[in-house]
Amino acid sequence: MKFSIYRFDPEAGDKPSMQGYELDLVDKPHVRMLLDALIELKAVDESLSFRRSCREGVCGSDGMNINGRNGLACITPLADLAEPVVVRPLPGLPVIRDLIVDLTQFYTQYRAVKPWLVNHDPEPETERAQTPAERAELDGLYECILCACCSTACPSFWWNPDRFLGPAALLQAWRFLADSRDQDTGERLDGLEDPYRLFRCHTIMNCTDVCPKGLNPTRAIGKIKQMLLKRAG
Amino acid sequence: MKPARRRFDCLVIGAGGGGLRAALQLAQSDIHVAVVSKVFPTRSHTVAAQGGMNAALGNVTPDNWHWHMYDTVKGSDYLGDQDAIEYMCRAASRLVVELEHFGVPFTRLDNGHIYQRPFGGQSQNFGGEQAARTCAAADRTGHAILHALYQQNIRAKTHFFDEFFALDLIRDEEGFVLGALALEIETGEPLLIEAKTTLLATGGAGRMYRTTTNALINTGDGMGMALRAGIPLEDMEFQQFHPTGIAGAGMLITEGVRGEGGYLINRDGERFMERYAPHAKDLASRDVVSRAIAIEIRDDRGCGPQKDHVLLKLDHLGADIIKSRLPGIRESAIRFAGTDPIEQPIPVYPTLHYTMGGIPTDRHGQVVIPEKTGPEEAVPGLYAVGECACVSVHGANRLGGNSLLDIVVFGRAAGNHIVQYLDEHRFHRALDAAQVDRAMQRLARWEAHGDGESVPTLYNELRQIMEQYCGVFRSQEVLDEGLSKVRRIRERLIDARLQDHSRVFNTARIEALELENLVEIALATVSSAAARTESRGAHSRVDYPDRDDVNWMKHTLYTTDSEPLDYKPVRMRPMSVDAFPPKERVY
Repeated sequence: MKFSIYRFDPEAGDKPSMQGYELDLVDKPHVRMLLDALIELKAVDESLSFRRSCREGVCGSDGMNINGRNGLACITPLADLAEPVVVRPLPGLPVIRDLIVDLTQFYTQYRAVKPWLVNHDPEPETERAQTPAERAELDGLYECILCACCSTACPSFWWNPDRFLGPAALLQAWRFLADSRDQDTGERLDGLEDPYRLFRCHTIMNCTDVCPKGLNPTRAIGKIKQMLLKRAG
Repeated sequence: MKPARRRFDCLVIGAGGGGLRAALQLAQSDIHVAVVSKVFPTRSHTVAAQGGMNAALGNVTPDNWHWHMYDTVKGSDYLGDQDAIEYMCRAASRLVVELEHFGVPFTRLDNGHIYQRPFGGQSQNFGGEQAARTCAAADRTGHAILHALYQQNIRAKTHFFDEFFALDLIRDEEGFVLGALALEIETGEPLLIEAKTTLLATGGAGRMYRTTTNALINTGDGMGMALRAGIPLEDMEFQQFHPTGIAGAGMLITEGVRGEGGYLINRDGERFMERYAPHAKDLASRDVVSRAIAIEIRDDRGCGPQKDHVLLKLDHLGADIIKSRLPGIRESAIRFAGTDPIEQPIPVYPTLHYTMGGIPTDRHGQVVIPEKTGPEEAVPGLYAVGECACVSVHGANRLGGNSLLDIVVFGRAAGNHIVQYLDEHRFHRALDAAQVDRAMQRLARWEAHGDGESVPTLYNELRQIMEQYCGVFRSQEVLDEGLSKVRRIRERLIDARLQDHSRVFNTARIEALELENLVEIALATVSSAAARTESRGAHSRVDYPDRDDVNWMKHTLYTTDSEPLDYKPVRMRPMSVDAFPPKERVY
């Protein structure tokens, strides 16, 4: 199988380039996902660099751009990929080396939405009750693995990474706004009421299209907008 | 070269649930705490825990912590330390509630309380009816807990060193641990972190086996550091094989599937666990179910053209239950087994899952070693929690749902003890430059150029050897052969070479350092297994099929390059209740 992989070595001082690789898949039934192939290639060329951890789509380490589309290497079957498989780092972020990008901006945006539960009542001795229906509001939100596939697929993020929070952070903002136990609604909305932070979303929906967990940040952003409009009205 | 230097009250190494729970306790106590992690915290392996966390809330079936304690002691095949088990089971309910307050989105019952599902080895009333004790957030409980703990830590302004690899502990002549040397992965620069206390929370070493449910990062780095600092590892022969890893691939399929009513079948369609555990059936302890599967396959009743796996059937649960309570494993089964469990059973096989053994600690998380005064003397300034530690609450076999509990309970306990220790030890001790140089040697060694075997070659061979020579069933002959093979890998590793000597984000270098840890831990595992001539929990010897309480009711202690092995007694006395004396273990 043929691959064309983005290479960048900051110490060599060269410009980034695409490097061709070939991997013989005969007698390698365990090589089924793109990550498996990258590991095989690295066993031959150890300078090829990428992040990985869980290898089953739950930790969010190996987000990359695969044949033009952001996704997780560990759950992208090789059988579904046209050759040569073109693998690039996630777009729109500084590249540290090869497929490894600098995610500082992405994590800063995550922190900016204060992604933690706030409840000012005295701590009860038992759990805070939540009905199954209230809990169901969190489905499709809490599962985010912070892989950055969505934000780095978003043109608004590319243009205004310093001012627009991006789909991943906004999904988290909604995850807490939607939680029946959270009491920080007013402050959360104040923090988002701004021409850029939230409203730069133009519902292009790249985020929802690429999310490897099948989540829908566009819908979450829409919900926040509705909440703000309701508050204004 | 002298590395850059930072100073903290406490250095936490590892950002899974154990490390983050401890860090939170410390940050909330105004302790200056730093967390070093080789991956961004939410990429830690806690994220992959599925089924849930045990606590006797009694939301679904009547329950109390004392029953939970009994089940845990029995599950441990009586090798667990009963004081630590009592402490954990007593604390469980309060700590689940606390996690809920932190924001963990637990699945709910109609009355608004936390949903609990049955898991293996759980009983009411000391061995009676099945209990439902496992608190769950669908089948993504670890993800939910890890993210909530990280979120609470950023709220508490914990200092994070993300993508720093810890190389070695710094320990002075008097035995005090003074921090650690770490490598900033992005720059390749070493960083010395001085700390009055150091907590190891680096997780397990499942990657020493070829087929494992474990993440690629689970290379036992803290255990390796402990060994190099002269600290023994306890009970390393006890490695848990999870009965239901996806056959051939290893991805975990939670015990929660069987908790929700799924069951195992062989090639005749027989629900074979009824023969091995007439009472608990598919919810017997993990060691029991794994052995049963291995026997079914050995006796030619495996499924598939190679007859090399059994099937986990859950289609009868219906699409609604599967979609609401087991969505994550459905995703995994479709992806990695090519079957949708709503329609087809999942092919499964016992897969290396959990390291029961580890760095010996007491129930405050203090690392304890036999030194001058007795078998359990604290190493001043050093703590360990979670899978890298051996408290020992899991003994010879861990119960499902007890590891998320373990990390939260002992993460918090260690945090509290560290606060106390810092009160009595207010100043940094003088740092010995020679100790730092020794740690720097770890990096220098891989600077050597030239030809030599590659890291992946030795890594793959090691994992093959462990699977073949130290698996579900063991015997003296096979273990001895395995031991000499692992020793040979260790010798060959000395001459292994990197071809890539770059600084910036050199992951090949990290993999080399990880392999050094894995090899030492593999040696500890096989050595400990070869010495224990009995069968207990996950350690199953075909040549010694019975448990031997007269000779083997004791913990193994393995120290690098020190023979013979050392042993210490099991702590049989609980904190406040009567001990559970050993009896025959049937499910």
